[in-house]
Parts: sequence; C-alpha cells; structure tokens
Amino acid sequence: MPPPSAFDASPAPRPGNEADALQLDADVLVLGGGPAGTWAAISAAAGGARVILADKGWCGASGATAPSGTGVWYVPPQPELREEARASRESLGGFLSERLWMDRVLDRTYANMAQIAEWGYPFPVDEEGKQARRSLQGPEYMRLMRRQVIAAGVRILDHSPALELLSDDHGVAGAAGIERRSGRRWRVKANAVVIATGGCAFLSKALGCDVLTGDGGLMAAEVGADFSGMEFSNAYGISPAFASVTKTAFYRYATFYHGDGRVLEGAGSAKGRSIIARTLLSEPVFAQLDQAHEGLRESLRKSQPNFFLPFDKAGIDPLTQRFPVTMRLEGTVRGTGGIRLANAECATGVPGLYAAGDAATRELICGGFTGGGSHNAAWAMSSGYWAGGGAAAHARSLGASAATRTPKGAGRAALRSAGGERTLDHHAVVKAVQDEVFPYDRNLFRSTAKLNDSLGRLDQVWQQVQDHPADTVRDLVRGREAAAMTATARWMYTTARERRETRGMHKHEDFHDQDPSQRRRLVTSGIDVISVRAESGSGPVQAPAQLAGAAP
Amino acid sequence: MIELVSRDRCVSCDICVKVCPTQVFDPGLDGVPVIARQEDCQTCFMCEAYCPADALYVAPDADHPVQVEESALIAAGKLGKYRASLGWGTGRVSTAQQDDSYRILALSERLAPKKAAAASHPSAPA
Repeated sequence: MPPPSAFDASPAPRPGNEADALQLDADVLVLGGGPAGTWAAISAAAGGARVILADKGWCGASGATAPSGTGVWYVPPQPELREEARASRESLGGFLSERLWMDRVLDRTYANMAQIAEWGYPFPVDEEGKQARRSLQGPEYMRLMRRQVIAAGVRILDHSPALELLSDDHGVAGAAGIERRSGRRWRVKANAVVIATGGCAFLSKALGCDVLTGDGGLMAAEVGADFSGMEFSNAYGISPAFASVTKTAFYRYATFYHGDGRVLEGAGSAKGRSIIARTLLSEPVFAQLDQAHEGLRESLRKSQPNFFLPFDKAGIDPLTQRFPVTMRLEGTVRGTGGIRLANAECATGVPGLYAAGDAATRELICGGFTGGGSHNAAWAMSSGYWAGGGAAAHARSLGASAATRTPKGAGRAALRSAGGERTLDHHAVVKAVQDEVFPYDRNLFRSTAKLNDSLGRLDQVWQQVQDHPADTVRDLVRGREAAAMTATARWMYTTARERRETRGMHKHEDFHDQDPSQRRRLVTSGIDVISVRAESGSGPVQAPAQLAGAAP
Repeated sequence: MIELVSRDRCVSCDICVKVCPTQVFDPGLDGVPVIARQEDCQTCFMCEAYCPADALYVAPDADHPVQVEESALIAAGKLGKYRASLGWGTGRVSTAQQDDSYRILALSERLAPKKAAAASHPSAPA
C-alpha cells in the first residue's frame, strides 16, 4: 500500500487559519475551468485584467464538455435561419425565453466559433469546402481552451476547489479554497469573481458530471445571489445501464424494448422519455440503434468517438444488438435553472459577482426545457465571454487593487459549525439527497404531496450539514459538496412546489396542463429559509437600454 | 471505472495523476501511479485520452469495479483505443476534423421539417 496522500489523511486547516495559505491577488478570479470559465478568463484578460482561474479538477479535463462532444447552436446570420432557430424551442421551453437574449447568444456564438477556428481548432470541411462549425469534440476543444487561457497570461490553479467567497462592504472580493493534493489553503483577493462552476448533477456519474455538485450556487447564495428557473432541474440523460455515457441525442435512432423483445410503444429519446422512465420503475428497458440506416452509421461513429467507447469495450454493437439502458440525473447541468442574472454582462446583482455557463440560468435562451448540449455550449461561450468582460470592467471601475481589501469568508454550511458535537457525515448526506432527487417518480413526475414529503426530509438533511466539518482535506471538500447538493435540492423542490402547472421539463401530476396565467419565471432566494417569487413584468432581465448598448 | 495502470507500459510521467478531474490517482513510490480512490472515478476516460503510453484501462462499468486481465486487454486491442479514436498521439491527426455531426444534423433537419417552428410562434397560446 502506498502512503496515504495529504488529500486523504492530513488535517484540513480551519477557515481563518491562513498563516500557511497561498495568498494571491488579481483583478478577476474565475471559478471553474470548463467552457464558460475558460471563455470568461480569456475575455477578462483581453479586457486588461490580471486573471486567476481556479478549477476543482484540471482545467481541460474537468466538467461535462471535456469528455464529451457537443453540438453548438451555431446559426449563420441570415434572417430566415435565425428566425427558425429562435422559434424552434420556444414552445418546448414554455415561452419563458427572450428573443433579445437569443439574438445576442446567436451573434456571440457565431463570432466565438470564428475565434476558435482562428485559434486552430480543426473543424471538418463540408462538401462546399467550408468549415462546418456546428459541433465541437470535447477533448480537442477543452485542450485548445486551456492553451488559450495560458496564452492569455491567466494563472491557473488546478485541483483547487473554491470553498467560499470572500466579501466586504463593497461586495465580493475573491474566494478561498484548498489545493487538494497538498492540503494547502489558497486565498485569492479579487475585485470581481466569475462563478463558472457548472450545474449540479448530484454525483450521478453522468458523463463528466461528478465534479458538478452545485458548489458555485451555494457560494453565490451565501452572498445574497438569487436563482431563476430552479424548477427546471430534472433533466435525465439516457445511457447504457452499465456505463456513464449520457449521449441522449443518438437515441433518436433507437428502438426501445421490453426484456422479452416486445417494442416499448411510445418510447423515444425526446417526447417519449417519460415512458422509458415509467417503465424503468418496474422493469429493465433495452435499446438498439436500429433506426440508423447504413449511410448514417459511419457518421455516428465519426462524430462521437466517446459514444461508442463503452460499447466497444463491452463488446456490444449498439446498432445491431440490444443493451439495457438507464436514465441518469443531469439535474441543472442539462436543466435550465441557475444563478439569476441581473444584466447583459451576466452580473448577479451582488456587486463584483458574475455568473456564466451552467451555473447561471439558461432560461433566457431555453425557457423551461433544455435546448440540449448545443444551446448550453452556445450559452457557455457567450455568457462566459460577457461575464469575463463585465468582471474586468467592474474590477477596473473600483480603481484600487484588491490587495488592499480585507474581506472575510462568507461560507457557512459544512465550513463553520453552528455548534453541537457531531461531525458531518457527508456520505450520509449525499445518499439522503440522492434518495430524494434520483427517483423518476419523485423528480421527473412531481406532485405537491411528493414535493412536500421530500422537502420535509431535505430540511432535516440541511440541519445535518451544519455539523462540524470533518478533519481531512478530502472530507472537507466532500462535505462542502454535500452541502451544495442539499441546498440545490431544496431550491429545486421549493421552487417546483410553487409552479402549479406543467411547463417545460417540469411535469406536475396534480396539474397536467400549461396554465397561461403562470407564464412567468420564478425567482428563488435564501438558504436556511427559502422564498420564491414570481418575476415581475415579462422580462426584468432584459435591461433593454443596456442590451442595446452592449456589444453582441 | 479505472481498473488498470500497466506497470509494463507506464513511463512514470504522472500525467494521469495531473489530468484526472476527480483525483483518483496518487503518484507511486516506484514511479508507477497508484489507483488510490477508485470509488471517485467518474468513468470519463480522460486519463486514457491523455496517457502517452496507452498504459491505462478504464472499464466501461461506471458503478462497479470489475476484474480485468492486462494480457487479454492487450490481445483485444483495448489499451489506447480511445486515444487512437481521438487522433491523439505522435504521428496522428485529430479526428475532430472528421466530425460528421454537421451531416447528421442536416439529415435530421430534413427529416423533421419546420413543424416545430410553425407551432411555436410567439402568438401561440402560452
């Protein structure tokens, strides 16, 4: 046996014990090194800011995009194509999206994809000899983004989860965290912080998602940020039952079967996903990609090497053989809820705090239904770009360097005990939260009774995360993740309880129909006590004057 | 989940230790990284993609450890397959430029005409 690393065994220094901490300062601190975080860092650096990027894992391999492949909501600026793109998802999303934001994202994505091409991403070339820029291979894209972040002069802190934000009277002033391997604390003072930590998939092992535990949401809430769309948080991805690869798009070519070989009528990867879920409650479901005709098969393989990887390894040909499937919770990663945005620069309303990517609400372009990876990819590169620029401008406007500020840590749950003797058992907390959010007959098929029932238990779990944080670095990080998952689950279900209708991905068994009087977004606030309010007016996030003035 | 670090193939570069987003590996005393926290593996295959020696094997099973036999994996050509399929490694060309997604998307759009767009005009009932 090797000696245990510091990560497992060394005592984690308590918050406030900063004598040995790595102390840095910057203009902009970006938390998260996926697509949104890397775009934010590059954009902030281009705005003249000194930038530090901290990733929980390794920037380039971390997050949902790197191990995957994604379509991109890339539409050339021709009016009829743009109109079609805007309209295509409005109905599915329950008419909660905004065309101004769609236009901005379509424009920004078009420009950013050109930038990616300029950086040397090897786009395929179509029959007319033009680059086809409608998709990105995850490993290649994120390897390129890491290189560009470094080229922009950004300092990267890998394996350095942030544990809490720092704040003072002027707002957010940085963050503090821990370097996992060494156990060394880090503390970065910065005049603006971009939260790009992704959504929350509750450790479901959906592809690349186990680093996405809602940490940024909890940190943002602790300084007073609001959320929007948290009821739209029950996305499930189809994967082989044994594997992690949640690539639901390819299941459009699947037929779904009962165990005895009968076709599962009505099942499908889009509208028929509920039937798959309902069937999985009582029996296994099998799939075979037998709708993919001969000419398509090679294209599927070439477009998504990762999709075929678990099949090749398991010795299954998914095109000609049936295999068992499951649905893994992708939560707010593929849902649309997240930190509410207050303006066109992706500011949160808390001075100095910005949000981008899946950590932020995607209702502005998708409403209440996931637009799939392509919308999320477009949103990540657009919102990251804006948030980085906004953060750099904010830092500049403060004048004095962040080094002169004396902020305090804003983190509470699982960091600072509320008293009592017990030590936090994060395994128990994670299990308890998963038991409420994984089951299809709780989270996918909701009812007032079931939501009340779950919230009663989740409130108790929330008391558990007030216990003393455990002593080791690993347990400290895990404890904080458990707290973030608990908070996310409570925001989800508290908000879901207030939407007494079925809209977007929020399916309510007591209210089967979409109710025209509830066509408004729901805003969620608070941590210990959670409140939900209807957003006033039809689009307070529009800030039309700012939008008109902002670069697309 | 990660099941194998081949002692024969490993070149002790510790790249897997570095790139793993969930800190599954620890550096080994003898230079060969150790699978220290297998239960934290999220089966994302990134370590395989980055390993320059094709020394790693991540089994497709995401929820349970499984037994693997290195010689059988080598015989079946399963070590290094993902890296090859990405076109990563000396002398290879990134397969991103063969990405056929645009063809698949164009095809599916032809099959599903503009029905969705028509039904979702903003004047449609909310």
